[in-house]
Amino acid sequence: MQQTFVQPEFRVRIDYDKCHKCGRCVQQCGWGVYDFAERPIPHDEKCRACHRCVTYCPAHCITIEKNALAFRENDNWSTNLVKGVWKQADTGGVLLTSMGNPRPYERIFDKLVLDACQVTNPSIDPLREPMELRTYLGRKPDAVQVESDGNGGFRLAEGGGMTNNLKLDTPIIFSPMSYGSVSLNVHRSLAMAAERLGILMNTGEGGLHEDLYPYQDHAILQVASGRFGLNPEVLGRAAALEIKIGQGAKPGIGGHLPGEKIDREVSATRMIPQGSDAISPAPHHDIYSIEDLRQLIYAIKEASGYKPVGVKIAAVHNVAAIASGIVRAGADYVYLDGFRGGTGAAPAVIRDHIGIPVEVAIAAVDQRLRDEGIRNQASIIAAGSIRSSADAAKAIALGADVVAIGTAALLALGCHLCQSCHTGKCSWGITTQKPELTRRIDPEWGAERLTNLVHAWSHELQEILGALGVNAVESLRGSRERLRSIGLDEHTCRVLGVKPAGM
Amino acid sequence: MAYDLERYDTFDVTRYRDESPFKIHGGCGLMGICDESGALMSGDVAIRAMAVQRDRGNGLGGGFAGYGIYPEFAELFAFHMMFHDMRAKEEAEALLAASFAIEVAEPMPTRPVKGITDAPLLWRYFLAPHPEVLEEREMSAEDYVVQMVMNINARVDGAFVASSGKNMGAFKGVGYPEEIGHYFRLEEYEGHTWVGHNRFPTNTPGWWGGAHPFTLLDWSIVHNGEISSYGINARYLEQFGYTCSLGTDTEVAAYLFDLLLRRHKLPVELACKALAAPLWSDIDRMSADDAALMRSLRAVYGPGMLNGPFAIVLGFNGGMVALNDRIKLRPLVAARSGSTLMVASEEAAIRAVMTAPDVVWAPKAGEPVIGRVAGMESPVHSQLHLGAAEISCAVTGTDVSCEESLEVAV
Amino acid sequence: MIKAAVSVPPAGVIEGYRQVAPVIEREGDAATVDTTGVYFQQLNDAIRRLVADGVTTVRVTGANGQRYIGAGLRVPGVRIEVHGTAGNDTAMFMDGAEVEVFGNAQDGVGNTMSSGRVIVHGDAGDVLGYGMRGGRVFVQGDVGYRVGIHMKAYEKHVPVVVCGGKARDFFGEYMAGGVLVLLGVNTHFPEQPLVGGFTGAGMHGGVMYVRGTVEPWQCGAEVGITEACEEDLGVLRPLVEEYAEAFGEDAEAIMDGPFVRIAPVSHRPYAKLYASM
Repeated sequence: MQQTFVQPEFRVRIDYDKCHKCGRCVQQCGWGVYDFAERPIPHDEKCRACHRCVTYCPAHCITIEKNALAFRENDNWSTNLVKGVWKQADTGGVLLTSMGNPRPYERIFDKLVLDACQVTNPSIDPLREPMELRTYLGRKPDAVQVESDGNGGFRLAEGGGMTNNLKLDTPIIFSPMSYGSVSLNVHRSLAMAAERLGILMNTGEGGLHEDLYPYQDHAILQVASGRFGLNPEVLGRAAALEIKIGQGAKPGIGGHLPGEKIDREVSATRMIPQGSDAISPAPHHDIYSIEDLRQLIYAIKEASGYKPVGVKIAAVHNVAAIASGIVRAGADYVYLDGFRGGTGAAPAVIRDHIGIPVEVAIAAVDQRLRDEGIRNQASIIAAGSIRSSADAAKAIALGADVVAIGTAALLALGCHLCQSCHTGKCSWGITTQKPELTRRIDPEWGAERLTNLVHAWSHELQEILGALGVNAVESLRGSRERLRSIGLDEHTCRVLGVKPAGM
Repeated sequence: MAYDLERYDTFDVTRYRDESPFKIHGGCGLMGICDESGALMSGDVAIRAMAVQRDRGNGLGGGFAGYGIYPEFAELFAFHMMFHDMRAKEEAEALLAASFAIEVAEPMPTRPVKGITDAPLLWRYFLAPHPEVLEEREMSAEDYVVQMVMNINARVDGAFVASSGKNMGAFKGVGYPEEIGHYFRLEEYEGHTWVGHNRFPTNTPGWWGGAHPFTLLDWSIVHNGEISSYGINARYLEQFGYTCSLGTDTEVAAYLFDLLLRRHKLPVELACKALAAPLWSDIDRMSADDAALMRSLRAVYGPGMLNGPFAIVLGFNGGMVALNDRIKLRPLVAARSGSTLMVASEEAAIRAVMTAPDVVWAPKAGEPVIGRVAGMESPVHSQLHLGAAEISCAVTGTDVSCEESLEVAV
Repeated sequence: MIKAAVSVPPAGVIEGYRQVAPVIEREGDAATVDTTGVYFQQLNDAIRRLVADGVTTVRVTGANGQRYIGAGLRVPGVRIEVHGTAGNDTAMFMDGAEVEVFGNAQDGVGNTMSSGRVIVHGDAGDVLGYGMRGGRVFVQGDVGYRVGIHMKAYEKHVPVVVCGGKARDFFGEYMAGGVLVLLGVNTHFPEQPLVGGFTGAGMHGGVMYVRGTVEPWQCGAEVGITEACEEDLGVLRPLVEEYAEAFGEDAEAIMDGPFVRIAPVSHRPYAKLYASM
């Protein structure tokens, strides 16, 4: 075979003086990095820097280093671009990758800061005093209509109140990740955690496995272009349904789960034959325009007994107008996925160059819906790299009702962002269907870690609200007055509706 | 509440006594009183209530509103106006004269008070729009009055309508409330309902028009505290067409009441529950019907919830509503003496007016204290049909809020 | 009652308080200070001068909202009677003296008080006993929000607050020490719960006794509710007796209870809340 020009990205270093020669690394590595001949012998070119071997080496004798090959300096041709060309010349293929856009675009969240109370109004102690994060997801009427209850009091008039909303104990939910792209144990972990946290997980487009039926009240079921795993029974089980139009990591791109990942369980859940490819077309072929979306939304509502139906889109240039159309088409929520959002597999050129940041998408959509007087008609879920409770608070202040976390949730389960989900060999047992790998995640352990994470972020949100002097999250939602920008240009500030610090 | 603790440690009795006293500041103060039988009280009750709360303000704004004070002109709109010069007065009067029958035009009765300086020209007018004007424009008298207020406040440089309701009036200016009350000879008026305010602005230069109460037709609003949710409250109101251009909580409260009471037709009790919502933990313990109602109110009006410390009194032709924030971060005391209901920031204000109240109590957080004059309406402007932009413009008279609505009004 | 419209125009601006010295009548080591319409600075100035001059009982009449009465007084054995409504921050920072209010007291009674005693023959407002580190406060009737907030004991100083009526939310919030008692016997609100929500929220020291029933939903997460035991009743009895003596009530009837004890389950309730970075 012709020698590839692409050199290994990492160097696996083993301190053989300390090495127990136990072979644990060989057994742990999903990528086949190690041979064993009296001692482990690493093949650097296979290493993905996922640190599974490092973490589980009992002697702590492994380290992974960057293969710092020197190239002649060139600001224009980054090493990644050069390697891409070589790989494509080797193979003729589209460069495939996974997880979110890693490129050094502006990170708007990092240029926004929050406010706090001093003197004229008090900050509030979030630990002792009430600090309410409860959020209702769904369409709300513009006004509440009441009637006399006959005893001098009032009650809701027929149809005058909020219906069909989903109660969330905290405005953080799990983002859609399909069974197939992630393992069933990951789905189990997410579902158990969602139940404990009083929030929602999202099946992604791969259907709801029957093991998750006990948690169905905490599951959003996706209706994507492949229509996997959908029948009236499952529609009736989920708490809400979500039409997936697009994904921040790959706007306008369909999906393809190769047949070798369609084992018996995936096959049963997706309701397709074992071993056959699962192809998600780029568009829904019953949605070529906005009125078709309305038709599908109401079809799902009819079939599901009028459960909330949301629409997930990738944040793209005209996101505000698109979201407005979605709300007017009858969606109960709009899910905005920013260009940093993760994926199980996407062409690198799409992941890295299409879409807009979720921060501006939230701001533009929230403002447009307000301008049109339809903000109450739908909730906004924001996702696409919510990395911390601070990001969540800023997203909410910009106008999101709820944030969804995918990458952060996977990190909690062991993901080390090696961006290799598409290989199906995840050593952490997350994005794989290999039984010897998937059993590495015990759902009970996973649920506990996810619960810990969301609890911790929720506490932090409460701390932020307390500093802001408000004791309910709805008083932060859309309150851009509590944000200031540092170093953002004037146009971005205007889109965000945020003043520069000092003003 | 901020005062100099060191003064206590280094306290020198003799020297201190000889010194002229210095002010110790303490935040805003307010009061409201309503005789539910409709019996009239002299305006001096309101002054006395505010005078003992002097330390809650800083002399940069004081004001009152009285109801039932103009029985002889009860069917006419009473315009309390401020003019910075004669030109402004002439311009405003020309606008009024064109479409209103003006029964009375006279200077506000005032008397000189030490410390009250830079008073604008203060005039009052009792008037009614010509019926043919209303017919031609297909408007109610209330609509037309609000539109006129908007026109004057926005268009006539140096003119401001302090109040425009029937059988009521606002008396406000830069000074301590007892000085302002004395200046306006408030003791010569008799009303069934009074509200009062003492202002402690931290960032707004005191100007006569900016003193409280704020008014919209017969509504008057006084407020204590700083609402931490201002940002989203203002954006929520903008969604309904209101423009919050003054950056004050009182303005936001005025629009929220207009939205909830007039446009969404909520009973005042429930409007208060939307503004100072019960905690979810309390809602969860309510009966199923009540919980459903409160859940809907909170979820639907969440962006309008006033979060942070406040006490507020809404006066209207027919009574008053006093409301505290949801976790009681600002003081409010209530009392009843016979048919008279009173609220204030401090009990001393009540004792300054009621010698032997039947009961004095601290209202619960978020539970409105409502006084209703027998036989009078609830605070709903049923004859007002204007949009939010015009309401904003009328309340503030600033260019920002008026651009669009003035186009329409021309 | 409310005065009718005045026919005679007032001579000048109606003043809530005038910046004049109060009228003082002195008899031996007692003095009466008429503070009707007098500003708090002149009133408190007069009290301090009288005390410095050996007066041990100061009777303040005509009080209505004057702030800081007894504030910072460090002279044990001095007794101040307040007739009328005591204003905000009554007995703040007080160290050793006694203030007895015949009337209601506004917000902030006993704020950061060190020692001494306050007796209120009426109701008291919000934030009573904030940060109190010693001494005793007895209120005959109802109290407002955040009463006993952050009371703390230190060495021999153990602050005590006894409220005869009912209390609103955040009773004993952050309490770090001392004894907070709620009797529920003299109240304007017979229909309402004894105590509001978030009772003992953040409590990490000291003890609360409530006469009657307190449900878990009324309490913060950091406290437990148990029946008061013999030892508790031993702590309570002298306090109830002192309350009963102050207000002429029947101590035995009050002691019939039943009382519950509310106390923190941990003195470090948040140890597990944080993770070091």
